[in-house]
Amino acid sequence: MTTHHITVTVNGEAHEADVEPRLLLVHLLRDTFGLTGTHVGCDTSNCGACTVHVDGQSAKSCTILAVQADGRSIKTIEGMATGADLHPLQQAFWDQHGLQCGFCTPGMIMQSAWLLADNPNPSEAEIREGISGNLCRCTGYVNIVKAIQQAAGEMAAAAETQTGAPVAAG
Amino acid sequence: MIPGQFDYVRPGSLDETLRILKDREGEAKLLSGGYSLLPLIKLRLAQPGLLVDLRDISGLDGISETDDYLTIGAKATHRQIHEAPVVADRYPLLHDVTAVIGDPQVRNWGTIGGSVAHADPASDWPAVLLAANATIVCRSQSGEREIAAHDFFVDTFQTAIEPTEVLTEIRFRRRPRGQGGAYEKLERKVGDFATVAVAGIVRLGSDGRIEGAGIGVTGVAETPFAATDAEAVLTGNAPSDALFRQAGLAAGAQSRPAADVRGPVEYKRAMTAEMTLRALRRAVERALAYA
Repeated sequence: MTTHHITVTVNGEAHEADVEPRLLLVHLLRDTFGLTGTHVGCDTSNCGACTVHVDGQSAKSCTILAVQADGRSIKTIEGMATGADLHPLQQAFWDQHGLQCGFCTPGMIMQSAWLLADNPNPSEAEIREGISGNLCRCTGYVNIVKAIQQAAGEMAAAAETQTGAPVAAG
Repeated sequence: MIPGQFDYVRPGSLDETLRILKDREGEAKLLSGGYSLLPLIKLRLAQPGLLVDLRDISGLDGISETDDYLTIGAKATHRQIHEAPVVADRYPLLHDVTAVIGDPQVRNWGTIGGSVAHADPASDWPAVLLAANATIVCRSQSGEREIAAHDFFVDTFQTAIEPTEVLTEIRFRRRPRGQGGAYEKLERKVGDFATVAVAGIVRLGSDGRIEGAGIGVTGVAETPFAATDAEAVLTGNAPSDALFRQAGLAAGAQSRPAADVRGPVEYKRAMTAEMTLRALRRAVERALAYA
């Protein structure tokens, strides 16, 4: 089988690789690029632990081929913090005890980030619907929802400070 | 799970795609969003020799309404369809179904054409296409072919598409006044395939009677099917809960469920009847609201 030369931007950095067509994006990230923050959970596109952003859209990286990512921009959990400053979602998961074992957390945070980019002021129901493709077997989701609510509030406040414009109420 | 080996190609045009399909007939499989196909490849239930990625084929993801049709390009994602203003405003059945396919990540990438061509016996779109008897448009090197949904879903994972054809668009007849539709899905948990789901469409005449009805059912037979017995029960009669229950029983009787982890045969027949009842209730409400 032939390999394909691909160029992928991951967390703002250009990467190149020669890949077999059957290589999954999650394995490209973990095994080829060493970015092991993205987890393999069920490996059947159910659990969402492998969620990353592909061209800004959340995706389950166990269900996309690495060749499909050619020319695209990927964001993983490693791209969320700025230096030592955690992303508001990462801080909120910490503050609200939004994790126990932590296995689902990278995918949960990436899906939450996509949700808040799409809908900066979601209701509790919209949060629960938004993370319905991500399974957590520890928390019962209550603290995850609280964490996303905290982050949404902080991110909206930060956006207001930045632009000086009031943020539309839900 | 590591998929078996296959070749991969990303053609730049539809003509090139059709030529590849002809050259590698029977060996090539089209890749769109991948959320139906890749899980099967990973399980090695599908082992294509060549994946043809449709990513660079432009013009296949439009959503537009004309005087006669609502046309949806095969590459339109579930999410794009859900968010299209024309769908949100006037096609509640399509708006319903695109909210409950898989989960948000699946809806970001999965496409209507991929889902329909894949023809999983418990997938959502086929029920909607059957209820509407939509037209599935396919292209090959010999030209374009239109296939009615009622003739399209042949068997489990089998459709009327030829190996040398590409599904290019789905055409729904434009919604007339007095028509409404609804989708009711019973699932064990969010993101699961349907235990059973029913798409119902009702068109009311000026006398308030049901002039035409379409019922598509998924999850309870070897392939999604049109519940034609239930449609016959409805046509010509005034809408009522009693009539909808009768239609539900007819749909349940026409189903051919298999007992599995989602329940025994009797339960699935009963739930087919119940989902039919619920879909019809909401379809009629919507038909009345669009008089």
